Amino acid sequence: MLSLEHVSAGYAGFQALFDVSLEVKAGEAVAVIGPNGAGKTTLLRVISKLIDPTAGEIRMEGGALTAVPAHEVIARGIAHVPENRRLFPRLTVEENLKMGSFVPSARKKYTENIELVYKHFPRLKERRMQLAGTLSGGEQQMCAIGRALMSGPRLLLLDEPSAGLAPVVVQSIFELVRRICTEGYTVLIVEQNIRQVLKVVKRAYLLEAGRIVLTGSANELLDSKEIQKTYLGL
Amino acid sequence: MKYGALALLAAVPLLGIGNYPLHLVIQVLLWGYIYTSWSLMGRLGMVSFGHGAFMSIGAYGVVMLWNHFGVSPWIGALAALTATAATAFVIGYPCFRFKIVGHYFALVTLALSEVARLIIVALRDQTGGSLGATPNSALTGDASMSLAALQFSNKIVWFYIVLAVWLAGLWIWRQVDRSMGRIALQAISEEEEAAASIGIHVTRAKLRITMISALMTCAGGVLYAQYQLYINPDSVGGIAISLQMVFGAIAGGMYARLGPTVGAAFTLLLAEGLRYAFGNRFPALDTTIYGVMLVLFIIFMPKGILGAAEQGWRKLTAKSPARA
Amino acid sequence: MDIFDIFLLEAVLNGLLLGGLLALLSLGLNLIFGVIDVVWICYAELIMCGMYAVYYLYVVYHWPLLLAMPCAIGIVALLGVLLHQFVIRPVLTAEPINQLLVTGGVLFFLQAAATLVFGIEFKNLGVALPSIVVGEMSFSASRLVAFCVALAGVLALYFFLKRSYLGIAIRAISQDRAIMPLMGVSPARIFVITSALGGALAGLAACLLVLQYDTHPAIGLSFGPITFLICVLGGLGNMVGGFIAAFLFAQFISVGGFFFALEWGYVFSFIFFIAMMFWRPQGILGGK
Repeated sequence: MLSLEHVSAGYAGFQALFDVSLEVKAGEAVAVIGPNGAGKTTLLRVISKLIDPTAGEIRMEGGALTAVPAHEVIARGIAHVPENRRLFPRLTVEENLKMGSFVPSARKKYTENIELVYKHFPRLKERRMQLAGTLSGGEQQMCAIGRALMSGPRLLLLDEPSAGLAPVVVQSIFELVRRICTEGYTVLIVEQNIRQVLKVVKRAYLLEAGRIVLTGSANELLDSKEIQKTYLGL
Repeated sequence: MKYGALALLAAVPLLGIGNYPLHLVIQVLLWGYIYTSWSLMGRLGMVSFGHGAFMSIGAYGVVMLWNHFGVSPWIGALAALTATAATAFVIGYPCFRFKIVGHYFALVTLALSEVARLIIVALRDQTGGSLGATPNSALTGDASMSLAALQFSNKIVWFYIVLAVWLAGLWIWRQVDRSMGRIALQAISEEEEAAASIGIHVTRAKLRITMISALMTCAGGVLYAQYQLYINPDSVGGIAISLQMVFGAIAGGMYARLGPTVGAAFTLLLAEGLRYAFGNRFPALDTTIYGVMLVLFIIFMPKGILGAAEQGWRKLTAKSPARA
Repeated sequence: MDIFDIFLLEAVLNGLLLGGLLALLSLGLNLIFGVIDVVWICYAELIMCGMYAVYYLYVVYHWPLLLAMPCAIGIVALLGVLLHQFVIRPVLTAEPINQLLVTGGVLFFLQAAATLVFGIEFKNLGVALPSIVVGEMSFSASRLVAFCVALAGVLALYFFLKRSYLGIAIRAISQDRAIMPLMGVSPARIFVITSALGGALAGLAACLLVLQYDTHPAIGLSFGPITFLICVLGGLGNMVGGFIAAFLFAQFISVGGFFFALEWGYVFSFIFFIAMMFWRPQGILGGK
């Protein structure tokens, strides 16, 4: 469904990704793991066109994204849940969800979609009139994911959903992600929490200093000596 | 080369150029001086829309004290300067102490210039309101000048006075730069916290510059009143004059010492040129074009004419960098 | 002394009516600042253009008033868009003070162009609305109409911002501009729409003002400064704050003008502003 071929990208005077190639097949759950500063967030931002790649090609369902401006990416079926949730703090939960439904194709299905989101996240339904900025970390993450789901996407990009959350909450978030994966969404999830995320996805890539250095099934990576030593402290 | 140009400038009235052109030169120097005094703080990011208040305190201060109480403009000027210093402090200190900067500072100072203008209009019985005021003439009989009353009918005398004041303004600019050091000034304008952390008492420094700027502008108002012999609330105060100062400085380039004067020359010559070309058939045509040019200036030449010229000159004369 | 002075009450009520109008004025400015982060110093001059538009359509071209007014609103909305596209957009990435100054240049330009094109004489709409008398107090009908329409405008804007997709997007963009594309929203497009909306609000204000005041090129100087001060007092960008500040200001003007001459009312309101700035520099409801 999604493919990146030899993609390079960076910011003013500083390159973050070097010749990155990966793919995500329809219905798959894939993770990109790696240390801080590896370029994981940059990777997702390149896919959703918040930044333009300096080289390489990105394709979604066969169509190239090179010429697509950032605000049209969601219409291609890609929904990006950004790092740090990035909810609109002074809008209510429901208004945040409504913003997720802004694309014309999603507006028609608004009622359907919001019922679905509330079914997945009953806590959000309880707090729908609450200002998003006053929610707890875990609730904010639910709301951010729910907002992305409102657009009826085919591919979900999740940027470090467990970041900054208490361990107990992290558990429930990964449980959520697992549920989403089983619902049939295609998911590309970027994470620092390697152990947890590899239990949820099928395949993964290891990104270090802007380059893909390892790839394989989740189990392969969990078993890999390298990962165990460097990242899991074994 | 500087002194040559200065000597040339000083010799201007002796060229016998006639009263009206001389009047224009005096205007350029006087407004150049006023724009310079605004730029003293404007270039550091303290953009004030309230300098009209200081100018009108100067202008109305001397004229009112002279007309109503026979107080010599020399004394009147001292009174006006004191009042200006007090006003600048009352507005400046809280602003800088509470870090009111940027938009907010501009709008607070705007309120100040409007307050000043409104008070002048409200006191119309004493000030003449919107109709304006004229200082009573001290030139009785054949007298062509009165030092005590600061009135001279001979433009040549005024030329030298204004020239001296203009030079004084440039000198003050240089002294301020020297006493505070470029780095300190830069620090204040760009990063308050950083400046404070290296020991620069930011509020005090800002206040000092504001006071100097305000006092200079007030003096400009005094001179304007005595020279023009007619003032009204909109010609020396209010938002229009405040904006005019800002734009004159920007057009010429408020970061360079001579920039504001270039701006004054430019705007005055533009107005005169248009008046010459179109006569009085199209009133306000010069200001219309002026408005368009200002917009274009801010978009394309934010450093002003002089600033852009300096950049161009630097590019032309830059040596190629030595290979490492 | 009789504390209950009927004419004082009249002044207070007139202040209320004035407050409604000032609230509408401040709304447009706050909207623009809240979303685009630019202060349109020439906002009052846009209103002036709207007033001239109504005048020319109604008095010179003899359009019916109820057609001239919506048309004028449309014209000023268009002016807002043009202002954004050609003047603001080039300086969006420049220092904020440059943005302020560039709209100042437009202020000069509009005033001068109006003088050039329309002349300096005061133009009156020639619509005389009666006075409404309640006991010993009399209120001008045009003021009452202005108040009601202004309030209706405020309510309409409120519901638009609260309920519609575009309205929510406008509120959202001022809270987090960077992620708007992720929702399928182009910030540039929102800016244009907001500029049109700000212009339309100015146009509406123009329609209400032209009923009460003669128009002339410098009329912007009469209510421009007040509008900015109201916005700053309420917290720049904060529409609720601006709303409250408008009524406070109006009371100072009205009651101050009642006890002293009209100008003193304005003087007191400005001094009130300066004092408030020192007490709460970020504005009544402003955040930092």
